[in-house]
Amino acid sequence: MSKRVTVVDYGIGNLLSVCRALIHEGGDVTLSGDPEVIRQADHLVVPGVGAFGQCTLELASRHLREPVLEFIQTGRPTLGICVGMQMMFDIGEEFGEHQGLGVFPGRVVAIDPRKADGGRRKIPHIGWNRLQVPAGRAWEGTMLAPVQPGESVYFVHSFSARCERPEDVLATVDYEGYEVVAAVGRDNVMGTQFHPEKSGDVGLRIVRQFLSL
Amino acid sequence: MRNLRLIARLDIKGPHLIKGVHLEGLRKIAGAPEDWARRYAEAGMDEILYMDIVASLYDRFSLSDLVRKTVDNVFIPVTVGGGLRTLEHVRQALQSGADKVAVNTAAIRRPEFIEEIASEFGQQVLMVSVEAKRQPNGGYLCFTDNGREHTGREVLDWVQEAVERGAGEVLVTSIDQEGTQRGFDLELAEKVTQGVDRPVIISGGFGQLDHLDAVIERADVDAVAFAHVLHYERVAPAAIRERAASLGRMVREV
Repeated sequence: MSKRVTVVDYGIGNLLSVCRALIHEGGDVTLSGDPEVIRQADHLVVPGVGAFGQCTLELASRHLREPVLEFIQTGRPTLGICVGMQMMFDIGEEFGEHQGLGVFPGRVVAIDPRKADGGRRKIPHIGWNRLQVPAGRAWEGTMLAPVQPGESVYFVHSFSARCERPEDVLATVDYEGYEVVAAVGRDNVMGTQFHPEKSGDVGLRIVRQFLSL
Repeated sequence: MRNLRLIARLDIKGPHLIKGVHLEGLRKIAGAPEDWARRYAEAGMDEILYMDIVASLYDRFSLSDLVRKTVDNVFIPVTVGGGLRTLEHVRQALQSGADKVAVNTAAIRRPEFIEEIASEFGQQVLMVSVEAKRQPNGGYLCFTDNGREHTGREVLDWVQEAVERGAGEVLVTSIDQEGTQRGFDLELAEKVTQGVDRPVIISGGFGQLDHLDAVIERADVDAVAFAHVLHYERVAPAAIRERAASLGRMVREV
């Protein structure tokens, strides 16, 4: 039986691609901003593009903050994508400080535009980058289980999460000397800074694995 | 290692994929554009760029259906351009499944459009597209409507303004080189990459793998667009990826 997946619709961005990827991998997908539909899901996806503050504001103004947090507490798999992942942190610093959902301790900060050698690092970080496993972490049993370290996924972002608990970091990528937290995971909650729905076959494998959790 | 994005550019006229020279003299290419897009995605191209090359003549945005059909099976970023004139057009494009929009004519006519898009949807959705034509004095001027309309704006001056106003990326197409397969306009690529601190995509002129060496050696480009060689199957995506990697640029594994 296919999993009921709710993609949280709070008026932000291109949600069609996320839905298509989930459908492609066998999910029974509903795009919804209705707390009841969120409650009834087997899996929850929180997408997000644009600015952190605007996303948290839209989520709150549609009274979806609590339903998302309650869903997470039920222990069912929850995936935040891009700003959807960033919102799971305590604080975002994009256009002033904004309160996140506080699932992962840490802040979301601007990627440093200066490289160690004094050169410039282009912002936003747009493009493909290779996933790496942090020391002491393994991908078995996580949504990244079907991925080999070194496989590439697609990023587009200007801000990046800094985790207070290193064990929350599931994967990183190296953006010209700057360590980007590419994926986080603790228990049933996970997030990707990259776009699995735009990462070709690697991304689809991750989506499939998420649905199997 | 820095990523080099390899972009498959599909110029569209009505229901057809087409290819021209200097953005003119159009020839239809058989097959549905979305099938070509899927083939390119599966072969390891990194992004799809659809350009409706007649749209701005008619003030219309007509690629929503194509984008919607495309994203059923294409799971890499899709950018759509041509005829996007209003925020409603941009919203339509994004809701159809596009990740980014490319804007030229409307932005150059009314530069505030850039700020409006950036503040409504974020800078990351906005690719400002520039059609550049070399001038006898060595400078470059911006054109619109596929090289038909002269704007009088100097290229570097315009891209810098566009970035300041909130362009997330800059797509620069050399009208002189486009469709000729004689290589990119290296000086243009160098000028634009040095002039802005945003990702730059160079388009127009790729004909053989050596052209990739030349542009990477001369300019710090972030992405390269390919059209002709892909549509006529002259150079395989795998060969392009391999060459980019051998030049020290990271490309995704397929």
